[in-house]
Amino acid sequence: MVGKASEIISSLQTLTLKIPKQTMTFLQESGGLARFSGRVFTEGLRPPFELSEFLRQCYLIGNKSLPLVGTTAFIMGMVLTIQLRPALLSYGVESELPYIVADAIIREIGPVITGLIFAGKIGSGIGAELGSMNVTEQIDAMEVSGTNPFRYLVVTRVLAATLMLPLLVLLSDAIAITGSFIGINIKGVMSFSLFTDEIFQFLDFTDVFPPLIKTFFFGFSVGIVGCYKGYTSSRGTEGVGRSANASVVIASMLIFLIDLIAVQITDLLGFN
Amino acid sequence: MKIDKDIPTDDAPVIRIRDLSIAFGSHVVLDGFEMTLAKGEDLVVLGKSGSGKSVLIKCIIGLLTPDRGSIQVLNDEVTEMDHPALDQMRARVGFLFQSNALYDSMTVRENLEFPLRRHWIQLSQGEVDDMVMEALTNVGLAETVDLMPSELSGGMRKRIALARTLILKPEIILYDEPTTGLDPITSRGISDLMVEIADKYKTSSVIISHDMRCVERTSERIIMLIDGKCHLTGSYAELSRSKDPVVMPFFQ
Ligand SMILES: Nc1ncnc2c1ncn2[C@@H]1O[C@H](COP(=O)(O)OP(=O)(O)OP(=O)(O)O)[C@@H](O)[C@H]1O
Ligand SMILES: [Mg+2]
Repeated sequence: MVGKASEIISSLQTLTLKIPKQTMTFLQESGGLARFSGRVFTEGLRPPFELSEFLRQCYLIGNKSLPLVGTTAFIMGMVLTIQLRPALLSYGVESELPYIVADAIIREIGPVITGLIFAGKIGSGIGAELGSMNVTEQIDAMEVSGTNPFRYLVVTRVLAATLMLPLLVLLSDAIAITGSFIGINIKGVMSFSLFTDEIFQFLDFTDVFPPLIKTFFFGFSVGIVGCYKGYTSSRGTEGVGRSANASVVIASMLIFLIDLIAVQITDLLGFN
Repeated sequence: MKIDKDIPTDDAPVIRIRDLSIAFGSHVVLDGFEMTLAKGEDLVVLGKSGSGKSVLIKCIIGLLTPDRGSIQVLNDEVTEMDHPALDQMRARVGFLFQSNALYDSMTVRENLEFPLRRHWIQLSQGEVDDMVMEALTNVGLAETVDLMPSELSGGMRKRIALARTLILKPEIILYDEPTTGLDPITSRGISDLMVEIADKYKTSSVIISHDMRCVERTSERIIMLIDGKCHLTGSYAELSRSKDPVVMPFFQ
């Protein structure tokens, strides 16, 4: 009996030893990130709240990503329209072009593309900013100045990212649909009122609501990963670059992962 | 109730460290370190790079928690403090960081206002402005008030960091290598400023440095931190005559 147990334990040990180093790092990082997220909730729910820093972060995040998000959304909407047109034409359902494009944008393309741009711009920015604050002892300096740096720096940024991304996605959807309207009018003629009628005739709650929910999770992922990588970056200047880079990679992967989970859920609920 | 503590008298030490030990993993940095800082004293801690000088003063201010030992600052035990108590202590103890730690995203004015607004919330804007200007005038940089830290030279940044440390009128100042990386003239200026501040505000200070000119200028007493312990203590004149093989290299 005892012999069997120790046999199992030793075979487990050899198995653990065989787990490649990357897997271990992956597991450690996931655990670290999970603990860090937990801390955001426990510390974020207790006063004092850093309201002015939170508002400043919302402004900075919106301001920094708006030009890029707007431009890409506009181009995306227009290009998608122009490229889908021939296919719909061949099926004789050209009149449904506005709805099909709008639905694709609202459900998937708007949230994911905006999320990825957000990860590239804001996630890396947060990673680099907190990373360099860590290296140059600014985080310690906050702590000795009577401030909880976790609440001041991390909670505000995570919350700002979580709330700003959904707003940016709504805006980007609107801009992309405007791009689509212009795309239609490049090749043909359609009045704006007919265009919007075509969209809203088919568009309903289940098209708009679930994607909006997932963008909160996208925003949270970008904020939390950037903060985690920056706040816990290793000392030294190369640590800053690495945390900025890792923030983008991990946040982008999380966005796709959440997207995949979200589509399963909406499917189960019959929203697809 | 212990008799040797808790009774603040005028000549009680402002910092008293007993048996301080800290290790990172298997790397033992401080090992039974002992030190006292008398009121009004300027004490230099001298040691090789990596000997744990920064770790020592980070323990004093409560940024690092020691594995063992006692640290009394202004008659209170740092290792037993909760967050509010730490904040109270930190309002009375200034810390000049080795890397200055100026906030890059804030102007000089905002950098100086930060500790004021955080520690003393009830101040009016007028009072804050006056204190900022006083601190900047003390370091001779009143004209930089609206610049960003990135627009300043290394020496100026050090002085702004010093102004930010001084703005709360601390009773004790912990300096982490205040002159390292500066040219001899700027370094001399900083040393003079430190002596001036000590006289003007009657502060006590712990100064970490291996710039011997700064050490000579600012120290009343020196502690040699070697192998995690207080190896030797004495005045600059005494230590510079020492024949101890680990002490001699510092004074050559
Ligand atoms: N947070 C930390 N985690 C792990 N090791 C640390 C940490 N802080 C310091 N150390 C280690 O402790 C030792 C002492 O570091 P410390 O920064 O105190 O040196 P120092 O005496 O200030 O040197 P210098 O003169 O170069 O500033 C170093 O070996 C360093 O690697
Ligand atoms: Mg140091």
